[in-house]
Amino acid sequence: MNLVNLTSLSAHLSLLLASSIQPFSWNLLADIQQMLQFDFMRAAFLAGTAIALVAGLAGYFVVLRHQVFASDTLSHMVFAGAMGAALLGVNAFLGVYAVAIAGGLALNGLGWRGSARERDIATGMVMAWMLGLGALLLGIYATSSIANGNTAIGAGVLFGSILGVAGQEWIIVIAGIVTILALLAMARPLLFASLDPETAQARGVPVRLLGALFLLLVGVSVAEAVPAVGALLIFALLVAPAAIAQRLVKRPYAALALSALLALLFTWLGLTLGFYTPYPVSFLITALAFVTYLLVVAAQRLRQFATRRRFSNSNTILTHTAGG
Amino acid sequence: MLADEMMRGNNQQIERAAAPAPLSPHAIALRDTAVQLGVRTIWRDANLTIAPGEFVAILGPNGAGKSTLLRLLLGLLSPSQGRIEVLGNIPRRGNPAIGYVPQRRTLDADLPVRGRDLVMLGLDGLRWGLPLPGSKRRQQWARVRETLEAVEATAYANRPIGQLSGGEQQRLLLAQALVAQPELLLLDEPLASLDMRSQIAIAQLVARLARAQRITTLMVTHDINPVLPIVDRVIYVARGQVVIGKPEEIITTEQLSRLYDAPVEVVRDSQGRVFVVGLENETAHPSRDERTIAP
Repeated sequence: MNLVNLTSLSAHLSLLLASSIQPFSWNLLADIQQMLQFDFMRAAFLAGTAIALVAGLAGYFVVLRHQVFASDTLSHMVFAGAMGAALLGVNAFLGVYAVAIAGGLALNGLGWRGSARERDIATGMVMAWMLGLGALLLGIYATSSIANGNTAIGAGVLFGSILGVAGQEWIIVIAGIVTILALLAMARPLLFASLDPETAQARGVPVRLLGALFLLLVGVSVAEAVPAVGALLIFALLVAPAAIAQRLVKRPYAALALSALLALLFTWLGLTLGFYTPYPVSFLITALAFVTYLLVVAAQRLRQFATRRRFSNSNTILTHTAGG
Repeated sequence: MLADEMMRGNNQQIERAAAPAPLSPHAIALRDTAVQLGVRTIWRDANLTIAPGEFVAILGPNGAGKSTLLRLLLGLLSPSQGRIEVLGNIPRRGNPAIGYVPQRRTLDADLPVRGRDLVMLGLDGLRWGLPLPGSKRRQQWARVRETLEAVEATAYANRPIGQLSGGEQQRLLLAQALVAQPELLLLDEPLASLDMRSQIAIAQLVARLARAQRITTLMVTHDINPVLPIVDRVIYVARGQVVIGKPEEIITTEQLSRLYDAPVEVVRDSQGRVFVVGLENETAHPSRDERTIAP
């Protein structure tokens, strides 16, 4: 139930693994069966599924509402919150969730007034300050007697350890289900408020309330992901699947579903690759997300280029005919 | 030619008077209304009534309180004095009988949503939960298709809205306001940043749809000329006052000089277009690109 020992735990696990598992065989069923024999892998898949679905759904609106920067700031707040909780000796989960919720509401307060530029600056200032505060708290913690020599806690919070979530996977799943239900319930008015806030407000949509509620939910999504993928890496699952989905699909609810599906796919693939290769799961998930995004952008650019060429070619032919 | 247009306007008013009388005598009524933003009184002593089905243009310099008037009717602001009635009731936010197109900057060029989806939000954007497939959903899409057809936007309704031209976006926003079949349509500068041809096309489209469905329409506009042939009356908001009347009564050298308390001249060109000269320094929020203000 504590974040403190996660990294050392996962180090133990990988040693244990190396001795007892068969290598990847291309017999996919057998591979998956072997993988799921292990408690820690089942826990990782369970927690990973909840985190991915939440991040994919919330991410669609984060990207649509230009709140990528704000959600990154929430990650930094969560880092400071986890450090503060560790220092005070309170449950780290409690610290993370409390800070994420308070942070979401505070960021929403910043967004009410002022231009996009002012909001950008204010968010950036808060983010830097929070990271600084986290560093201070980490420093105090590491040199204090509470730490008991465990200085890896900082890395644990920032990067998580999805292979070490066994025992807390159900907290993640329950927080995930609540967040998913809340997001789906408010999806339609939130879409209206995101695309066309003025009309939505005039039509009676509680635009401000929805904005506050949404950032609160983003805070919860970050908090629940901390033990598994960490405060920083959740960002990859929040942004990349949504950005890809919005590039590929223009129907809002279909894009929302695709975003969740992609997040799920990256997580499952990352976990499987992580089990059979020596690379860390967090690296694999972020790399999959990043490479897929690059491929989609490249494919779309190529297609644009091709159609433009075809157009200019046919234009040349037309001018020639007209001239002749 | 101008006289012709006005005659036609009068005839239409007579035709409309013969139609069955609605329950409430006025679509909109303001009595001694004043509105304040912070400590500043925007305008006061506004007295006017608008009949159901009337098409009214709202004119006046920037910052005079034209959009404020619409916000008051929408229930987004409360008057500091006096009374307002909209469709027989005190204004309330979220009245489904009001269609509204706010003044806007252009939409993000990469907004990843189809025009059709934006129109649908005008019908179901208030509902919680996800839309579920079924016969009700099919009826809603049929209504969206019908509205898109009416504003002649079917051809580009499946393209991302950000990629459309200003005139195309304006048609989709109009469809969004119309899709729930409102009784009152409030349009804030729907003609801004459109070229002259699109301005006239949009103005005529609004007028045609509003007449056909007997929707009372208030349109804030910077330039009277595209709507001059189709308005019944104009509201002029300037220097803290709100006046209403037929265009030929309000947009005159005498009226506007009195309203502005400054020598203003109304000039008509050979094609019947109206220009107001002498207001170069009169905007409340002066903007650089306004040398001559068409009313």
